[in-house]
Amino acid sequence: MRKAVILVAFLFVGAFLLLAATSMRPFGEPSFADMDDYFIANTQVEVAANNAVTAVVFDYRGFDTLGEATVLFAAVVGVLALFRKLREDEV
Amino acid sequence: MNTGMSIIVRTITRLVYGLTLVFGFYVIMHGHLTPGGGFQGGAVVASAFALLLVAFGAAGIKGRLNHHLLQTLEEIGALAFLALGFVGIGTAFFYNLLAGSGSLLFGQLVADAQLLPLSNPGVFNAGGTLPLMNWAVGLKVMTGIAAVVIVMLIGARKEETE
Repeated sequence: MRKAVILVAFLFVGAFLLLAATSMRPFGEPSFADMDDYFIANTQVEVAANNAVTAVVFDYRGFDTLGEATVLFAAVVGVLALFRKLREDEV
Repeated sequence: MNTGMSIIVRTITRLVYGLTLVFGFYVIMHGHLTPGGGFQGGAVVASAFALLLVAFGAAGIKGRLNHHLLQTLEEIGALAFLALGFVGIGTAFFYNLLAGSGSLLFGQLVADAQLLPLSNPGVFNAGGTLPLMNWAVGLKVMTGIAAVVIVMLIGARKEETE
């Protein structure tokens, strides 16, 4: 019974995925490519960097990276605080 | 007790440790030219520290890596990144003031087919604040992850012995 339910669910989801796969737009043709074209055309002139991804991450979308760094900082501080508590109990 | 792993693992760690560090710093240093950057290179360097920790145990890093020092370095990296974001505040937050300005510090223009037909595509001294930000984020990520790994190992060992 359990296996039959799993099989039905699997086929159901698989059918939907196949249906979605048939109606995908062709690879490499996004519907809105204005920003991509801008980055490709102007990164080397504006940022003077060959790595366009780094240029986007640290220059065009620098504020986003600041948020990412804040997330990492919060995670590190959380782990340190958690294990510091454990250690104080011991000593 | 956690005293490290077998002699095979320790020998391979001795061989691979330096190479991993060099590769991680290379990825950080060339973040504006080749794939990678501060986050990726920092994670590679932190993985070298984690390898050392796994292979030799807590005794192997005693006196070399101290999580108070690592924590301080992480905060320095975060503040340096924020300060570099404020460098271009005259125009906008995170404006790249140094890029292509001709200054000595990463001010050169990179190769561009129209702009500089004969220039070198791998010119290192380019990118403005990008390489500096890569170093700041790289320092932050490597020391942050290393501090987390060390502190978690110490906490796990304390629980083990209870």
